[in-house]
Amino acid sequence: MILLFVVLFPIAAALAILLGAPARRTALWSAGITLGATLLLCLGFEGNAHGAYEMVTSFSVNDDWNINFALGIDGLSLMMLLLTALVTFAAVWFTGEIAQHRNAFYACLLFIAAGAMGAFASLDLFFFYAFHELALIPTFLLIGIWGSGNRVVAAWKITIYLATGSFILLLGLIMLYRAVPETARSFDFRVLQKSAILIPAKAQGNIFLLLLFGFGILVSLFPFHTWAPEAYASAPAPAAMLHAGVLKKFGLYGLLRLALPLLPAGAQEYNTLLIYLLLGNIIYVGLVTIAQKRLDWMLGYSSVMHMGYIFLGIASGTLVGTTGAAVLIFAHGISIALLFALAGEVRQRTGTLVLEDLGGLGKLMPLAGFAFGLAAFASIGLPGFSNFSGEVMVLFGTFRNGANPERFTIYQVATLLGLWGVVMSAVYMLRAYRAVFMGSQGESLSAVTDLRQGLRVPIGLLVAITIWFGFFPQTFVKLVTPTFKTYFAAKQ
Amino acid sequence: MTIVAPSLEIAVLVLGVLVLLFETFADQIDKRTFAYTAMLGLATVFVASFFLAPQATEVAGAGFWSFYTADPLAIFFKRFSLVTTILVLAMMIDYAPVVRDSIPGASPQAGLGEFFALPVFTCAGLMWMASAIDFVMIFVSLELVTMSFYVLVAFMRRNAFSLEAGVKYLILSALSTGFLVYGITWIFGVTGETNLARVSAALASPGVESAPALFAMLLVLIALGFKIAAVPFQIWVPDVYQGAPTPVTAFLSVGSKAAGFVVLIRVLQPFLVMPQMERLLILVAAGTLIYGNLAALPQTNLKRLLAYSSIAHAGYLLIGVVCLAGEAVVYYLVAYLLMTVLSFAVLVAVSKQTGDNIEDFNGLAQRSPFLAFAMLMAMASLAGIPFTAGFLGKFYIFNAAVAHHQITLIVIGIVTVACGFYYYFKVVRAMYWEAPSADGAVPVSGVSRLAMVAMIGAIVFFGIFPGPIVNALRP
Repeated sequence: MILLFVVLFPIAAALAILLGAPARRTALWSAGITLGATLLLCLGFEGNAHGAYEMVTSFSVNDDWNINFALGIDGLSLMMLLLTALVTFAAVWFTGEIAQHRNAFYACLLFIAAGAMGAFASLDLFFFYAFHELALIPTFLLIGIWGSGNRVVAAWKITIYLATGSFILLLGLIMLYRAVPETARSFDFRVLQKSAILIPAKAQGNIFLLLLFGFGILVSLFPFHTWAPEAYASAPAPAAMLHAGVLKKFGLYGLLRLALPLLPAGAQEYNTLLIYLLLGNIIYVGLVTIAQKRLDWMLGYSSVMHMGYIFLGIASGTLVGTTGAAVLIFAHGISIALLFALAGEVRQRTGTLVLEDLGGLGKLMPLAGFAFGLAAFASIGLPGFSNFSGEVMVLFGTFRNGANPERFTIYQVATLLGLWGVVMSAVYMLRAYRAVFMGSQGESLSAVTDLRQGLRVPIGLLVAITIWFGFFPQTFVKLVTPTFKTYFAAKQ
Repeated sequence: MTIVAPSLEIAVLVLGVLVLLFETFADQIDKRTFAYTAMLGLATVFVASFFLAPQATEVAGAGFWSFYTADPLAIFFKRFSLVTTILVLAMMIDYAPVVRDSIPGASPQAGLGEFFALPVFTCAGLMWMASAIDFVMIFVSLELVTMSFYVLVAFMRRNAFSLEAGVKYLILSALSTGFLVYGITWIFGVTGETNLARVSAALASPGVESAPALFAMLLVLIALGFKIAAVPFQIWVPDVYQGAPTPVTAFLSVGSKAAGFVVLIRVLQPFLVMPQMERLLILVAAGTLIYGNLAALPQTNLKRLLAYSSIAHAGYLLIGVVCLAGEAVVYYLVAYLLMTVLSFAVLVAVSKQTGDNIEDFNGLAQRSPFLAFAMLMAMASLAGIPFTAGFLGKFYIFNAAVAHHQITLIVIGIVTVACGFYYYFKVVRAMYWEAPSADGAVPVSGVSRLAMVAMIGAIVFFGIFPGPIVNALRP
């Protein structure tokens, strides 16, 4: 029941706001209550060793297709729900003064959150897909109405990219549904997991490729990444936080949830392709990120680049690597949300995010500077932050796949190149930090003020979580490994 | 109480005649009364359609029943036509002032009575067509539909665009009718039959030459291609849609198209076994998808945009036809009915105040949030966002295409869906981003508002629970 509440409550709140409830108060309360309910879910979660779904609620929607509105969680989806609730709460809190259509703005934010919640909690392919698409129109409107810079182009680009990706994904899902004999067909994850062995290897390859490209477009896999930096640069900060932090992770979650366990042969067939593409994310996009001259574009590209590591974990083919990917999803979601939030605050105060025009803000905005520094360190992957634990697991896991001291395979080469990516992210993050917060401040910036005291709560929350899971990543590892263990147990 | 199937059509015809008769003698009454009467009458028939006596099987194929069937598909499309007509009449009430301005006449209400009566006759024609299983019957009912459309399209006599549309529709429809008759004579020549079941039986017999049969079918396809606006017979669509009175455009794009598809499904079944036929249809579907979607991209007039989008949707429907997925086609048609009529209903309301360009929708969200929301739902459904009927329709169609391994059509379908997002969201963008182009809320009558709420509700409901539609098709 709590699960149902967590999914439907944001929608109800969004509708209430559209109908005229006081926007900020309703949104903040509903985000807070959802966060509380998600924490309750964590407490109630038993976490059995077989990775079975818990708290399942199911309503039949369509007997014909056997579609059910089924919700349930295992460790992986619980982690995603927690991420969504946290980032939504922070994003709503960070929303500053909205010049026009306040109610619509908050409603759009909550709709995106509801879409993410629903997608992560669904046990049914149809609703899994449909909830994610629910966020498409709010994203379009958020960037289009309240965006800055080249918002029109950015809004079109993200919408068309995501729509195309979604329909490729839909095709993949339909093929997945039809790949098993007629009597075994189902949209239910649980049934699919049992009947997946019936899918012939050739079909697995085709379906995996479709899912890879469909999900890949949604996660900005190289070379389909160009929508992301532009959209995040133009989007208002709360929208960028939610999208880059949470919604984009839907594609990764989908690969972990569907592609890996259901299509092992397909995954094996196209693993090499995936590694080439994700190296494009890490190396090529990493270099592009270094070349950026604006903070918002830099952050947008960096988020595209870090997707490469999560993909690497998915491609690693080892339990450690896959677990690392899941941990990294969470860690990256938190750190990028914090970075976008702070960049938004800087833009609001200075009116610019061109690195050259900024400088010395550390003195004027000590709180923001401190938080940004921590988030930047986390994003680079410094030990002590949650990203570190994720990245280490991903890289170790990948290196271990087929490790042979005599000869390096593609996994070892990818690990080495990935390590260079860490260096690159240190270069651009630290350069950006220096350019914005250190050095001499320009004349025009002298009137800039620090963050409101009230914003300490969301910042403190996000920072505390990054550090906590940096030191105690086992919390999540324990949560997600039962699920992943079943994948690798089935393989042998 | 049970009712036999043909009495529904007869009731609708009688209703039309009555409305027309009373209208002639009632100068003083507000003519909108007739529209309300017609809506009420059609609603009664709609309710009555749920109490039909099941078709007696022993009479099937003999006498009258060799022309007429009351199978679930037919009954379903009778209801479909009735609902469409009721919604169109509701729209016409709102549109009446525009029509009145462009009709010369002594009394201020001249012509309005016919404007409300003609759709009832069209409805009767659509209902006959749904049941037609004989080429002669198909031809006659098709003509009944087309005749009333000739008048309706050119109804605004002082409006040059409406007249132009009328002439174009008349000439091209007449041409397509010619093709149909010619095709029917060829079919009769080859098989000696006009009843669809007996035609297919005759075609299956070994003695029949396939070349003339194919040629005959090609001619019939051309005629139906006009009705459903498939490439390359779509040239008339944008001009006619733009020029005709907006409610008539909605009627044309939903009613006429749906009837065309029902006939297509019935007629094609015996022919689709031929591989040439399937290849031809794939080609037509691909062309329709590409043309409709690409041509819709640069449109700035909403009516024209919807015209091209109706061509595009004909393409998706044709995918379903190629795959012989009757259920998918029917579901898609219902979704198409809801979302198209909804967008036209909003268009009628807005165009009265400003105009029917997309620019005229600028800032609608601030002027009339309800209308903007209705349009948003229509556009979301047309584009294919989940939890709307439009999405589920595409889901059914793509599912059928995957089942039949129509790779080409799937690839084209996905590319064109992406195009669709662009041009439908253009309208969303105008409504929500741009500054208002005029002040003040757009007035909407209570009936229209009610109809819009019902359509929004239906779009969401059927988008999640398709059961009522697909189950209605099963015996």
